[in-house]
Amino acid sequence: MINSQAFFTGLKSLKGSRSPAIPLAACFIALGALFKDAGFNIQQSVASSLFTYALPGQLVMAESIVLGTSIINIFLAVWLVNFRLYPMTVSLFPLLKHKSQPKWKYYLSCHFLAVSSWLIAKEGYRKIEKKHRIDFWIGIGTGTLATAVILTVVGYMSADFFNKDMLIGLAIVNPVYFFCMMIGAMKDLAVSISVVLGSTLGPVIYLFSAEWSLLFAGLIAGSIAFFVGEKNGK
Amino acid sequence: MVSSQIIILAIIATSIATFISRFMGALTSEKVSVKSNIFKWFNCVAYSTLAALLGRMIIFPAGVLAESEIIIRLIVFFVCIAIFILSKKNLVLPTIASAILLSFLTNF
Repeated sequence: MINSQAFFTGLKSLKGSRSPAIPLAACFIALGALFKDAGFNIQQSVASSLFTYALPGQLVMAESIVLGTSIINIFLAVWLVNFRLYPMTVSLFPLLKHKSQPKWKYYLSCHFLAVSSWLIAKEGYRKIEKKHRIDFWIGIGTGTLATAVILTVVGYMSADFFNKDMLIGLAIVNPVYFFCMMIGAMKDLAVSISVVLGSTLGPVIYLFSAEWSLLFAGLIAGSIAFFVGEKNGK
Repeated sequence: MVSSQIIILAIIATSIATFISRFMGALTSEKVSVKSNIFKWFNCVAYSTLAALLGRMIIFPAGVLAESEIIIRLIVFFVCIAIFILSKKNLVLPTIASAILLSFLTNF
């Protein structure tokens, strides 16, 4: 049902110096500590990392709860901040498609989609035989999700040992790591423009509309990058 | 203290709001071919949305990061990107440096 060799190749991507376990550890430990601060119990913290598994959305939720925001507003705010997962899935899953594979694998494993797993899969899918790519993806996802859940527990339990400076230090690891990985992915013109323009437009549009900034920045920067890339024959 | 019921509802709402985007992506992917232009466009939009999110996390962060100063965050960010490029794309050095540097400069 699942090709174990491809699965374990995916799972093993957690090892080594390019391991996504480093930023995952930093940010989910910080998140666990934040959950404790916000009044969550440990079961709720685990449930959040297991079922949501998308850091920016979880941060929005924890902050909104403290501020007393309504559930419907939390839903909308999270949907907007996590909408990036839609284009990310569409830019990965066609690469993993194979007609011999059942649909449920794709429908369930889309839950594993996060920045870390997406970047690893985009980097490594070529080395895996087409038929088994979805199993490779399930391996990556199992490893990254398990890491996130375990480290949320670690962060929650050790919340009292962290002072504010340590938490601030942990929080910067995530954007720095993923930015580095994206620079590593800038191999053609379209992707390079996407990254540079997106990271500039994101904060600029945020000044006008905090909630819609990601959606607009992504659409505008991505479309410009696409057309420039096409014009230059890439 | 926030009631536990509100927290559970919020977790459910957050999880559904997140899964919708992933699942819609899986459904759309069935109709998208790797060689098509629409796939290339989605790829660009995915990278730029992600870049926008990361840019926003550095400049307008949420959570504890908001308590550090923006100029310090920018210095740390550019120093770490430089370390990444100079170290021939080693990922461990810049990430560890970022945490140490930011904690250190915030207290300086």
